[in-house]
Amino acid sequence: MDSSEITEATAVEVVDHGDDHDHPSDNKYIQIAAILAVLTALEVATYFVDMPGAVLISALMVMMVVKFFLVAAWFMHLRFDSRMFTRFFVTGLVLATTVYLITLTVFEFWTKG
Amino acid sequence: MADTAAVSHGHGTGTGLSDNKLLMWVFLGSECLLFGGLISTYLIYRSRFGDGPAPGDIFDIPFTSVSSFVLLMSSLTMVLALSALQRGDVRNNRLWLLTTALLGSLFIGGQVYEFTTFLREGLGYTTSPFSSAFFTLTGFHGVHVSVGIVMLMSLYVSSLRGNLRRESAETVEIVGLYWHFVDVVWIFIFTVIYLVPSPTS
Repeated sequence: MDSSEITEATAVEVVDHGDDHDHPSDNKYIQIAAILAVLTALEVATYFVDMPGAVLISALMVMMVVKFFLVAAWFMHLRFDSRMFTRFFVTGLVLATTVYLITLTVFEFWTKG
Repeated sequence: MADTAAVSHGHGTGTGLSDNKLLMWVFLGSECLLFGGLISTYLIYRSRFGDGPAPGDIFDIPFTSVSSFVLLMSSLTMVLALSALQRGDVRNNRLWLLTTALLGSLFIGGQVYEFTTFLREGLGYTTSPFSSAFFTLTGFHGVHVSVGIVMLMSLYVSSLRGNLRRESAETVEIVGLYWHFVDVVWIFIFTVIYLVPSPTS
């Protein structure tokens, strides 16, 4: 494989649509979808395999977060768009997580009380 | 007219960003709170199933896995629809929009089947705190997917009428953001509600 082929294989393919910013090529989107499909298959496989609870939940959480970021970064174009969009989305996510943590803590507190 | 187009793409706005796109992102940020609240409620109530069926007894993981995969792949067809329109390929844009709507409908069909099966097995909306939380969460998600299908079909009809061209790609992008968000929420629901081991009776 010569250097031009290596560059071609490793570079992130982008296509200029004449828009405000570049977007990935269709092939790149298909590659991302293939990764998502493999991750989903691995997630489902955990249902049929016996493993300790802590390992299972950790593995599921890691795969879920990776899938989440792949869709947000590539399909929702957060990787290429203005960071302000990312900030709005992350603010919502952080607030949602905070709501969950507060709710869980409060219910746990009431149960113990 | 040209000025309006420039403003909608963010060239003449105060932020330098498209107002419509910014509004969609603010909306999606607020949607995180809605689903965060619903998921929290489910996690708190999932062990309170009383005499009714428990989540671990009633969930059909292989079936839900297939419908999750269908919804995940609809995100690919959505992004391909946008990509086609950005290239000025109206024909493929229509094809992918229609495919996305069909995949979404398939997912909704699966959810209707799942809900009716649960009802037949004795799990109604008011059977237990678990059932109320489950139907509210997944039902809200289903409504979001249905709204997305209506948006996709509106785009399709608009395209058939010749109103959807390369210049209006941002409209497809904004509908796409909503669709991908619905997918991202399901990624979360599928793992946390279905795959993480649930209590059994």
